Amino acid sequence: MFAGLARFSGIFVLILLGAIIVGLFLGGEAALRAFGPFFVADTEWDPVQQLFGGLVPIYGTLITSVLALTFAVPIAFGIAFYLTELAPQWARRPIGTAIELLAAVPSIIYGMWGFFVVVPLMAQYVQPWAIDTIGEMPVIGFLFQGPPFGTGILTASLILGIMIIPFIAATMRDVFETVPPVYKESAYGVGCTTWEVMRSIVIPYTRVSVVGGIMLGLGRALGETMAVTFVIGNTNRIATSLFGPGNTIASIVALEFPESEAHSLKLSSLLLLGFILFIISFIVLAISRALLRPRLKG
Amino acid sequence: MSATTMGSGAIPGPAKDEKTSLALGRSRHRANVIVKTLCVAATLIGLVFLASILFTLLWRGIGGLSLAVFTTSTLPPGSNGGLLNAIVGSLIQTVLGAAIGTPIGLMVGTYLAEYAQNSTLGNAVRFVSDVLLSAPSILIGLFVYTLLVEPFDGFSGIAGCLALAVIVIPIVVRTTEDMLRLIPNTLREAVIGLGAPKWKMITLVCYRAAREGIATGVLLAIARVAGETAPLLFTSLGNLNWSVDLTKPMASLPVTIYQYAGSAFEDWVQLAWAGALLITFGVLAINIIARVVLRGGK
Amino acid sequence: MSQTTVQPQTESKSFGGVQARGSAILNKARIAISELDFFYGDNRALKGIKLDLPERQVTGMIGPSGCGKSTLLRVLNRMYDLYPGQHATGQAMMDGINIIDPKVDINALRSRIGMVFQKPTPFPMTIYENIAFGVKLHEKLSKSAMDERVEWSLSRAALWGEVKDRLNSSAMGLSGGQQQRLCIARTIAVRPEVILFDEPTSALDPISTLKIEELIDELKVDFTIAIVTHNMQQAARCADQVAFFYLGEMVECAPAAQIFTAPKEKRTQEYVTGRFG
Repeated sequence: MFAGLARFSGIFVLILLGAIIVGLFLGGEAALRAFGPFFVADTEWDPVQQLFGGLVPIYGTLITSVLALTFAVPIAFGIAFYLTELAPQWARRPIGTAIELLAAVPSIIYGMWGFFVVVPLMAQYVQPWAIDTIGEMPVIGFLFQGPPFGTGILTASLILGIMIIPFIAATMRDVFETVPPVYKESAYGVGCTTWEVMRSIVIPYTRVSVVGGIMLGLGRALGETMAVTFVIGNTNRIATSLFGPGNTIASIVALEFPESEAHSLKLSSLLLLGFILFIISFIVLAISRALLRPRLKG
Repeated sequence: MSATTMGSGAIPGPAKDEKTSLALGRSRHRANVIVKTLCVAATLIGLVFLASILFTLLWRGIGGLSLAVFTTSTLPPGSNGGLLNAIVGSLIQTVLGAAIGTPIGLMVGTYLAEYAQNSTLGNAVRFVSDVLLSAPSILIGLFVYTLLVEPFDGFSGIAGCLALAVIVIPIVVRTTEDMLRLIPNTLREAVIGLGAPKWKMITLVCYRAAREGIATGVLLAIARVAGETAPLLFTSLGNLNWSVDLTKPMASLPVTIYQYAGSAFEDWVQLAWAGALLITFGVLAINIIARVVLRGGK
Repeated sequence: MSQTTVQPQTESKSFGGVQARGSAILNKARIAISELDFFYGDNRALKGIKLDLPERQVTGMIGPSGCGKSTLLRVLNRMYDLYPGQHATGQAMMDGINIIDPKVDINALRSRIGMVFQKPTPFPMTIYENIAFGVKLHEKLSKSAMDERVEWSLSRAALWGEVKDRLNSSAMGLSGGQQQRLCIARTIAVRPEVILFDEPTSALDPISTLKIEELIDELKVDFTIAIVTHNMQQAARCADQVAFFYLGEMVECAPAAQIFTAPKEKRTQEYVTGRFG
């Protein structure tokens, strides 16, 4: 009886996942029928002519997530290294907790903070400076040109990066701690410095799980909504500059949904985008879990 | 190559050169110091982000906190409205969401720890639950929209509760399973040895032994959903009037903050900051309490 | 250790003569330890240790679990520095320098005093890289010099023949005994002057154990060696000098033959005859 109930609850979770996938797919079916598989390669988003394509938000989702990782990974690694090897014993718990609290701050707060604090800083200082210096360089210059609005792809990536730092740092810290002390001691025993032990012993030992932790951060970044919505600029165009505005799947769904009629083609297109986001996240999270599984249970 | 001798065993290679060794030692030491400094800097950057967010909330939010915030509902701009309906709506949806999600999550966690262990079904459930744990919350909202809102033609508080419940489930599953697994098998054997059936062993002994851990999981789940915005946009929608009718659209603090923060009215923006301050410190307080509960239990 | 298996051996005259290879004459000290105290927090784990490690000879350290013998090894290459709350006072002099002086460059110190651990600890890289890793920290060698060094140290560790055809495969694929010999090769490749062995054979089968013991015997031609062991026969087979530790004190230190046949202290006698421990 109790066992049956427990087993049924387990099956319920499987049904739930299936229902989410089927629900989003059925919702997006009308759009898929109207625009075909080339929906994912079309940059059009025109509610007047009822033409919708998903390339702009898909591109925005991928580019902001990848940029977020390039900000977040070095900082998260530094934090994990500091917490496992460098910090004095008394400081480990409070600092570790503070970093974990960064993960507990609701996403909408990041959005407001980003909009009212980071955006003005970007517009007044960072972007004008970058436009005058890096923007003048050959080859990569075009990435840093355009008007300094403060919002846009780069700002969204920065905020996303800050949001995923605690997830990556916590995973890295946990996997670093699984390295048996005797291995570290034997490296110290031949005269290694702390950094050499980290680089030559700890990282090679935990390489697979570290990648898993980074994938977990990527999975989080892909679907992040509220923080991005505030600062992305909401434009359905692929900007060449990193300062240009854009959209992600999550932000376009949040922003366009209130203006979409029930059962309309536009709403169906948004649901189709949701379905695509779910598939991308599912794959990334599945890989992350497969990589983390051997070392950390759960 | 000048071979040197040391006792009877000829050691190949040039004689151990004190100078090279010292020079190498110095550059290795320098690299170590540089990396350590960078790690401290990374940790400081993380802490500065947290401090900046909290400071901004206090600075902008505290001026908007007044008794009226807790006693008046949202009103049109310029008429001294409060956030009462949003606070009550958030409480209702969070509590109901947790009340629906917790028993299911508890049963699934029990199934995974006590019955499934490494069976195929158990591994599938564990995998799916872990993916749902990190799945974009906006998609949970879209899913409940296609399931409950579109077919019945109406946003409702109950749809919001269910969306939050779906988010609660995997969090409770994870902590329940982890905590039950920490219980030594000798304890289980002792209970079974007295002739107790398995379900009694679980409900009377295992749950009690894992009480603090499971409570921590539920608290963390509440903290997480209390700040969720994106899933509520498509389910309970938000309501500018006082309403506790679960079949009607219902206000919530995060959605109200979202609507007010983006508005052009100064008093609305001020209220958004006050609400942001409330929700963040509430969520962080629950997080800290959860940690204290867990530590008290150990 | 059970009483019945040990007692006949202590009565046997051959114990000091045939089995113990150690010399009765001890060389001058390579490391001279005196008045050494060690603390885990407030807990004094070593009390006024006085002990000389004679140059190019083997010092065996025996005693019941928790008596401080492994702790002493960890003091000698400053492994305790990794853990906050642990500290040492007193002298451990090597070439006129006090090893436990906080000002000592511990990375350079550890290149002079190598350590082999209880469990084999191959690094997650190839066999070749495992050996070259430590060397590169302290010396700049050409490729050919490094090749020679790797061959030399693997040969000295009696492993060359077994691995010469797979130097570029992962060290994790070796058997436990091979891994431990790899760790020894890695340690001697750095050309330390002293090697500390912390129960190097406790995780190995008898045949691998025998190989390591033979190896230690050959290595003492070049290196000053200290070995902590739970196995009294091993101490008798390997060591020139044996020190008996009990409750954080060094009770007695004497040439191996003497410790096992004619100990001066009652506690030593009780331990080597298996009355406790």
